Amino acid sequence: MIDWIVILQAGVATGTVLLFASIGEILAERSGVMNLGVEGMMLIGAMFAFKVTVGTGNPWLGLLIAMLAAGALSLLHAVVTISFQADQVVSGLATNFVGVGLSLVLGEGLSKAGTTALLPNWTVPGLSALPILGPIFFTNHSVLVYFGYLLTPVVWYYINRTRPGLHLRAVGEYPSAADALGISVYGLRYAYVFAGGLLAGLAGATISLAISPGWFSEMTTAGQGWIAIGLVIFAQWNPWRAMAGAYAFGALRRLILDLQGPTMLLWFPNPFRFQSPGFFLQMLPYALTIIILVIGSRAAMKKRMGAPAALGLPYVRGERGR
Amino acid sequence: MPEIVNAVEMRGIVKRFPGVLANDHVDFNLRQGEVHALLGENGAGKSTLMNVLAGLYKPEEGTIVVEGKRVSFGSPRDAIAAGLGMVHQHFMLVPSQTVTENIILGLDTPRFVLNLAELDKRILALQEQYGLKVDPKAKIWQLSVGEQQRVEILKMLYRGARVLILDEPTAVLTPQEIKELITTLKGMVASGHSIVFISHKLDEVLAIANRVTVLRQGRVTAAGVSTAGVSKRKLAELMVGREVVFTLEKPEGVPGPVVLEVQGACAENDRGLPALKDLSLQVRAGEIVGIAGVAGNGQSELAQAITGLRRCAKGHVLINGEDIINRPPRQAIERHIAHVPEDRTGVGSAPSLSLAENLIMKSYRAAPVSTGWVLNRPVIRSQAEESKEAYDIAAPNIDVQARLLSGGNLQKAILAREMSAQPKIIVAVQPTRGLDVGAIEAVQRVLLAERARGTAILLFSEELEEVMSLSDRIAVIYEGQIMGEVKPEETTLEQIGLMMAGQRLETIRGEADDHR
Amino acid sequence: MTTDNAAAKGFQFPNSLRLERRLGVPAWLPAATSIGAVIVALILGGIVILAAGGQPLKSYQFILKAAFGSVGVFNDTLVKATPLILVGLACALTFRMRLWNIGAEGQFYMGAWGASAVVLIPLLPATTPRPLMLLAMALAGFLCGALWGFIPGYLKAKLNVNEVVTTLMMNYIATSWVLFWVFGAWSEGGFQMSRMFPRTAWLPRLTDYAKQVPFFSGLTLHGGILIGLVAAAVIWFIVYRSKWGYEIRLIGDNPRAANYAGINIVRNTVLVMMLSGGLAGLAGMSEISGVVHRLQGAISPGYGFTGIIVAWLAKLNPVAVILVSILFGGLLLAGREIQPSGIPRMLQGIILFCVIASDVLLRYRIRLVRR
Repeated sequence: MIDWIVILQAGVATGTVLLFASIGEILAERSGVMNLGVEGMMLIGAMFAFKVTVGTGNPWLGLLIAMLAAGALSLLHAVVTISFQADQVVSGLATNFVGVGLSLVLGEGLSKAGTTALLPNWTVPGLSALPILGPIFFTNHSVLVYFGYLLTPVVWYYINRTRPGLHLRAVGEYPSAADALGISVYGLRYAYVFAGGLLAGLAGATISLAISPGWFSEMTTAGQGWIAIGLVIFAQWNPWRAMAGAYAFGALRRLILDLQGPTMLLWFPNPFRFQSPGFFLQMLPYALTIIILVIGSRAAMKKRMGAPAALGLPYVRGERGR
Repeated sequence: MPEIVNAVEMRGIVKRFPGVLANDHVDFNLRQGEVHALLGENGAGKSTLMNVLAGLYKPEEGTIVVEGKRVSFGSPRDAIAAGLGMVHQHFMLVPSQTVTENIILGLDTPRFVLNLAELDKRILALQEQYGLKVDPKAKIWQLSVGEQQRVEILKMLYRGARVLILDEPTAVLTPQEIKELITTLKGMVASGHSIVFISHKLDEVLAIANRVTVLRQGRVTAAGVSTAGVSKRKLAELMVGREVVFTLEKPEGVPGPVVLEVQGACAENDRGLPALKDLSLQVRAGEIVGIAGVAGNGQSELAQAITGLRRCAKGHVLINGEDIINRPPRQAIERHIAHVPEDRTGVGSAPSLSLAENLIMKSYRAAPVSTGWVLNRPVIRSQAEESKEAYDIAAPNIDVQARLLSGGNLQKAILAREMSAQPKIIVAVQPTRGLDVGAIEAVQRVLLAERARGTAILLFSEELEEVMSLSDRIAVIYEGQIMGEVKPEETTLEQIGLMMAGQRLETIRGEADDHR
Repeated sequence: MTTDNAAAKGFQFPNSLRLERRLGVPAWLPAATSIGAVIVALILGGIVILAAGGQPLKSYQFILKAAFGSVGVFNDTLVKATPLILVGLACALTFRMRLWNIGAEGQFYMGAWGASAVVLIPLLPATTPRPLMLLAMALAGFLCGALWGFIPGYLKAKLNVNEVVTTLMMNYIATSWVLFWVFGAWSEGGFQMSRMFPRTAWLPRLTDYAKQVPFFSGLTLHGGILIGLVAAAVIWFIVYRSKWGYEIRLIGDNPRAANYAGINIVRNTVLVMMLSGGLAGLAGMSEISGVVHRLQGAISPGYGFTGIIVAWLAKLNPVAVILVSILFGGLLLAGREIQPSGIPRMLQGIILFCVIASDVLLRYRIRLVRR
């Protein structure tokens, strides 16, 4: 039988990976820079987290290095797109290739490393006794999951209710206005792209040190970086919606796994059981990403809202337009 | 005897851009408590000079002295800190944010958390002080252009600016709003501010400013001349460098049948607000109908509706009786409607393609430019050379990228392209905006020549003088409707100004009758 | 960028380096920047190899020998280059319209599937004469790839759905689809591959003519290279000489101007994505029919992604695509045996980065201004 509590609990855990990656990308895109290299940055984060932890036995150090490594990669993208004004899409792809390639090269032989110390899991006393919500949100989760609970409202508040958040939004909507008032457009964009990189690295570390420990070359991330980018559009650049979407996706992946196991499904022999149709189930997350993209794009068209207005456009002082 | 203190002194300013010397050893003084106009035609270097003063550009040479102290600005922030605030011609406001958010943008306080309610109150107090009313909670995209300008001014006042630089402030205002602005400026001067305003309009300069400095091609031709003793003709000469004739030769027109008719058009603008409200209009062959009105009252949307670039919810656009409303732009092109668009670089040309490739944008589908699927390159090149000659387009060759052409030359290229298709109808939107006098004359001559050929021309222009001198009939647009149609010789600027501000012609005439 | 921005960022160049907007681009510059970028990339890659404990010079020597050292290996390089030419063309075509087709890998797989379907369902009996069989396979491959390009193309054209993500998602879906057939209905004896294709479904190879020309013995270069060369010529003609190519270039440069000029952007978006998908599908067919001769789970070492880099390095020029494909074909070939195995992928990424970084030199020039 399908245990929904378990699925949702797993969803929150797995979804935390997407959550970190999405929020990082939201910050970068709000400042006007699209970073498609999320998959590569996540992979670098996952690799470094595992490698450093295996080497030093300290998962926290692994986490830190992972974030910094991914951040460094994002700076490459930042320099090329902000200072050199290269096309953001192509640069993002290049970031991706470099990230994937570098992780494969530097992670050579890592998959044979066996198990290692992981980040601790917690159960929140008291809250974990709540019916339904308790087991799903507060029981036996990695510390990173709880960090995700904190990160989302903090980022939301920061963007919408603080002065630096106001500047962030201005830089992404109408950089020439921000520039004319003395806000450093380049500086802020660098900062938020870097922040996005840090969070992508965090997402990768979450995989290799908490959710699916280990190193499996490219399969470690299995396209989640791209799903995160789709999630950002679906979330209309809002951290809360990103959180909801991330958890939903996480639950879906667990559901897919569970559907392939049992011999009986809903009182019928399970057609999905580890057979060829299993491949169709594997397609689901990716097909679903397309669907949420369509939904997000239609919503954007209807509400005439949508992307930060200056997203994807390099800023040059003195040129007319944004 | 009171000392005349210079609020700002600029000495020997030199500013270069690739390929052009924008400011050539320019001196400029602004006295404390005066309104000083910076006059020149488009491209003379006025905006550049003030951008240097506002800290956006760093000059190659020269010094700036503010209130007796020498300054060097590394960024706009430094200029603002020194008390200099600039209101740009193209507003630097974030459309999706509120008035208050825009005003406090870039400031160091409040440190972290935004208390919007309290800030709203502070802004309201500031508004009271200067008489500039606008709702602090409104989002910029919801405001009219005049209100947006007030936000820009408030932005500078909030930062304690003592010197205000206004770049072409009246371009977007109705005559009544211009009067209000003048009152506001006089009030500011009275409370100790000094004002520079940049303009290319002689009448305004003489009416508003105490002194005027004239720039021509980057150099000063008249420095700080008092406006009391100088004539319009003299100023024009200083601006342009030669005897300027103010009237155009416009022969008597013999309008033919109605070629273009708009009936009851209703359309929304990009933000989903109604832009055209049941608008009706007729244009005959061989006549120029000028649409006068303040920017943002539906002109763009009307031009787009006629040329197939905008959907209309209701109404008809009849070309020789055939309704082409809501049909794709290709159909308008095939029916010989030429469109000189408002946005030369954003819509009217492809910046990275060559001049020759830009010239075939409308003609590439058929012979002789193409045969079957293939483009006929020799024909394209020879036609391009011809157009370059005929329209006097200054470019090294026909292969140069369109982005490198100056505004005037790009406009000539667009005209060459549109006219070469032997159009029956021309929709010309702000065709002379941003051009120097030579180019303006060239454009106007082309339009008159087409008129003589029997083409129906719909001219949209923000320059009332141009509309008055070129049109056979003038229609005034306000909030998506035509307030009235008049002949230029039968109307006054005041009448048109009233229509531009929303009064219907019948009402104006009715009131005039009442007053008799 | 002027010294204003430089000062704001805190850079302190000696004697003040200034970046000035260029007024025109000399004809030799794009090629020079591409070549320069590759050289810089190789140096950077060498540094990473050193960091990973390898020996860069030895690695590069190995690559050169393994890719161009003899007629035999050069033949293999060309074989690897064949699908790259087609995928590179596919990407170059859409990039001209600023349509980012990242789905060439998936379209490749679908093309391979389509071509296999002709043989394996079978849609044509094994006794069909070879030219007809190959034609049918090519057509099927093209159509399947075109369909795979149509879906994201349509979504982008009508709903403005980000094509980068959709084409990428379609990649994953395509590989699952192929796996489904390879593990299921077409599985040969329970293994993860289909049965071998009949000879009539094989693209002719040089070695087939070894009897007539002994030199050709052992050379596996196959008819796919002809498909690639013809496609390059066709695409070149379309882009530079035809009306449609003008429309594509105009849309890519300024979509609002294209709309104003009466060009149907929706239709062009869909058509270009379909043609691009079709070309990538042809690449799949060529690989299946010319090299692998069966359908299996692994038929591409990332051709679809390498094609993106090929297109960008070739600055979207179809003729340059051919040359760059050969270079990268060699890289892929040598990469199979090199340790660590991630090096070719990493080098590709670094090359792409260097190329886009060098693009700045096409827009600005560096001037030394003495203080």
